[in-house]
Amino acid sequence: MIRHDYSRVDTKRRPNIDYKKRQFAKAEFQQQNYDHRLNFYRLPPTAEITLEEFETWAISRLKVLSELESCSFRNRSPEETAEYMTSILSKHLPLHSNSSRSQSLQDERRKDHYSHFILRLAFSSTEELRRRFSRLETMLFRLRFRDDDFRERQEFVKDLSLEWEEVDEDEKRELKDQLMAASSLKKGDEQEWIKVDWERVPELVEQRRVLMKRGKAYVPQREQQSLVVADFTKRLDEALSLTARALPRLDEDDRLAPILAHLSQSFNSPDAAYSSSDAEIDGLSSIRANSIDTLSKNFPLCMQNLHMTLRANSHLKHYARLQYTLFLKGIGLSLDECIIFWRKSFKLMTDDKFQKEYKYNIRHAYGDVGGDANRRGRGYTPYSCHKIITEPLPGPGQAHGCPYRTFTPDNLTAMLQRVGVQDRDLLKAVKEDVNKTRYHVACNRVFEYSHKREIKKVKDDGSWSAADLDTIVHPNAYFKRSWLLKHVGDGNAGVVAGAGDKMEE
Amino acid sequence: MPHSVSPESAPADESTQTMSQATSQTGPGTQEDVTMGEASTPAATEAAKVKLEDMFDDDDSDDEFTSSAPQPKPKEEKSSQQQPAATFKISDRSSFSEPDVMRAFYQRLFPFRFFFQWLNHSVVPSKEFAHREFAFALQNNILVRYQSYPTHDLLRKACVQDVPPRIDIGPIYSTNPRDRKTLRKASSFVPVSRELVFDIDMNDYDDIRTCCTGANICRKCWAFITMAIKVVDSALREDFGFKHILWNYSGRRGAHAWVCDKRAREMDDSKRRAVAGYLELLKGGDQGGKKVNVRRPLHPHVERSLNILKEHFSTTILDEQDPWADEEKAAHLLGLIPDTTLRAALQKKWESSPSRPSASKWADIDSVAKSGALSKSSRDLLEAKQDIVLEYTYPRLDADVSKKMNHLLKSPFVVHPATGRICVPIDPQNVDEFDPLSVPTVLDLLKEIDDWQGDEDENGEKKLQDWEKTSLRPYINQFRIFVAGLLKDEKDGGGLKRPREEGGDAMEF
Repeated sequence: MIRHDYSRVDTKRRPNIDYKKRQFAKAEFQQQNYDHRLNFYRLPPTAEITLEEFETWAISRLKVLSELESCSFRNRSPEETAEYMTSILSKHLPLHSNSSRSQSLQDERRKDHYSHFILRLAFSSTEELRRRFSRLETMLFRLRFRDDDFRERQEFVKDLSLEWEEVDEDEKRELKDQLMAASSLKKGDEQEWIKVDWERVPELVEQRRVLMKRGKAYVPQREQQSLVVADFTKRLDEALSLTARALPRLDEDDRLAPILAHLSQSFNSPDAAYSSSDAEIDGLSSIRANSIDTLSKNFPLCMQNLHMTLRANSHLKHYARLQYTLFLKGIGLSLDECIIFWRKSFKLMTDDKFQKEYKYNIRHAYGDVGGDANRRGRGYTPYSCHKIITEPLPGPGQAHGCPYRTFTPDNLTAMLQRVGVQDRDLLKAVKEDVNKTRYHVACNRVFEYSHKREIKKVKDDGSWSAADLDTIVHPNAYFKRSWLLKHVGDGNAGVVAGAGDKMEE
Repeated sequence: MPHSVSPESAPADESTQTMSQATSQTGPGTQEDVTMGEASTPAATEAAKVKLEDMFDDDDSDDEFTSSAPQPKPKEEKSSQQQPAATFKISDRSSFSEPDVMRAFYQRLFPFRFFFQWLNHSVVPSKEFAHREFAFALQNNILVRYQSYPTHDLLRKACVQDVPPRIDIGPIYSTNPRDRKTLRKASSFVPVSRELVFDIDMNDYDDIRTCCTGANICRKCWAFITMAIKVVDSALREDFGFKHILWNYSGRRGAHAWVCDKRAREMDDSKRRAVAGYLELLKGGDQGGKKVNVRRPLHPHVERSLNILKEHFSTTILDEQDPWADEEKAAHLLGLIPDTTLRAALQKKWESSPSRPSASKWADIDSVAKSGALSKSSRDLLEAKQDIVLEYTYPRLDADVSKKMNHLLKSPFVVHPATGRICVPIDPQNVDEFDPLSVPTVLDLLKEIDDWQGDEDENGEKKLQDWEKTSLRPYINQFRIFVAGLLKDEKDGGGLKRPREEGGDAMEF
């Protein structure tokens, strides 16, 4: 018992006594040598860099990451993303392979290494930032992993010494047929396999693309990517949460803190592109329930579709109601007006039924009722294009979603013609976009077409900058820009307050 | 709630019997009322408990199982034997969901102790059991969720009190489910572990079975479930390496599997989805056309499944189900043959003799193909035939049940409210012998207890539990062996943890 007490105190006290000793025991303020193009970012950098480097490197990486993110928002396929990113990467964060024998090989890798860790510091503070950072870093890693030289990639993977077991020759011979069948290889393709716990490759198991034996999955070499990437993400997530815990104790003067704060601010999610400032549109007086019909001309196609369906059926199903209510909330319709709007729209329904079955959902969307978190956050955020495009397709009788995605091409064309898009070249271009699953591009194309004149005008007189006319990724942004453009001549409506900085809070 | 201890409750049994003997002299009609009055006094119950334990301290076995058997008191033997019949009369008209019947079932038959060990993974009560969600479907069809019980005694007490016709089991949560509303953060109430479960339901076979529809089953269509169990069981054991798989009859027309290995219990939802996806082969709705679309060469799991299923195909499907006997169904078979020339030739042949049995039609495919009506390679035909075999035999899982950790699933050993049959375990080794129609109902079992004529007067013979007198005995024994195996592995696996826990206790001093 005495020993117990003794050891308990001891273990608690020990770190307090010598943490500085430990921290600086083996400080190595020195350059690391980078053998591989790819980096798993296991060791933090320890050498000195200038403040300017600190900032510029981080900004370069940030640019790469936000371009990557916009690729995913625009629903680009991996190939398209890779193509699009090539020039951006070579401009901001070039990384050459060993075989290129470039002079600046080590410098490039150093920049990559440092910038990664700087952004880790900047983006570890909140759960939201951590998740996004880890997702984007994983995308970047996967992109680089894919186009790495085959041999160098193998060496890199070998050096990682991940915990897996190579399938030896005897076993390979014994299981040959099964291995071949499981990974659908043709005879003669000599392959290497690795054996791991199946839990590490759930997506390969789910698609039955690996051989399973007693809880082990036999992963063919070429599927290695998903293993390595999964490991990368896992490590990064762990490291980020550790960083978050260490952050308050960051022994920091006021040189780095402002830079880090600035970095994390300019990395705000376009998913949250909707901000409360979007609801405040100059020149647009507070919206009433009966003005929605007029305003619906400025709505994006998804919302126009909901509006027309609502008018046609005097009803909308749950997800459509939710999508539309949130949008209306986003354009500044108050809760009371919104309830009036829905009550009037459901004109075939008894008041009792409406009060019982519908009102609560509207109030919930506005954060008027529900759990604590819902009320504090004032309900849900209006859905972004990304959210609307990636959610499951609507079932029979449902009208929600993005029409560019959910409509058949013929119905889409009919719909566009109904809202006044007649130009045949445009319709053809839209169809092509839709075929390439670039719904978002199609929507922006329609926007540019229907606001052709206004856009030209504001461009000519220079009242709107190029940033104000950036791609639209949120239905509420669509409405806001459309409304402002259409009222550009009226009074002070031409002043685009906040339209340009919609990426920021 | 002392009043919940009802007259027939186990510990009080002995004493109330004795007491009722005394009072019953006045007249048999009052007997029941008197017993009830006596037993519901908490003091009397407590006293009885102590007395009982003193008397039977050598009897270390399950005291949760009551024995209504005559106690070694020859004088009173006759009347005490009538006791159970007096308290709940089982007639042919009794319904199995009557509260009295259910109460007797929970008191005398439900194996609470093994059940507890099964979910607790140890004999010492722990969070594994205490934080487990139970959901009771009550008599009035209300589902009460998020119930939890620290020990099997308390669970038993609740069951006897509420007599739920159905008990569902949920996951183990990070905190006690009863305290979920007192937590400051919603995120601290999350499911942390749960057996991997599978649900196979005969409903999903309705488009290919011809003998029954909907909720009905017969021995013919049970063969589908038998095939499904074989395929899923071998995949789980051989491919995923799971050892402790409890197969259970769902009481009416399906089967459940509970994979209890520690590794399976700790899987998150993405891994559960992976297992379900691995096992799922048939895709597409009624309008989707061909349901089997597998890569060639066949994945080893599909290959093995096909070998298992092939044997059943000719007997179960072709002979017993005869799925293509009528023309409409035969048209579906034609639709599954990709070779247009062959299809046309077969159609012509079958139109002339529409009522050919399925086995002949199946044989026709090969014979017509051989006679030259084949435009594609014979390999294509073989693959198409394989796909057809799979479509008609491969397990149809209700995959959503398996994908979520917090999905509720009906507990083993409860009574199915519609059939009265007990949800007994199925031995995957002898799955062919399992007959759902011979599974005892709760009324059968209660009658068996009453009819039991054992000679217990012999000295030295151990008192039998009530379940041991019934045909539930082999099932509970099977469950007990399963649980013992699980506990043993659990102990070996957790061997490192044990010393530290003991050390932690020592620090308290």
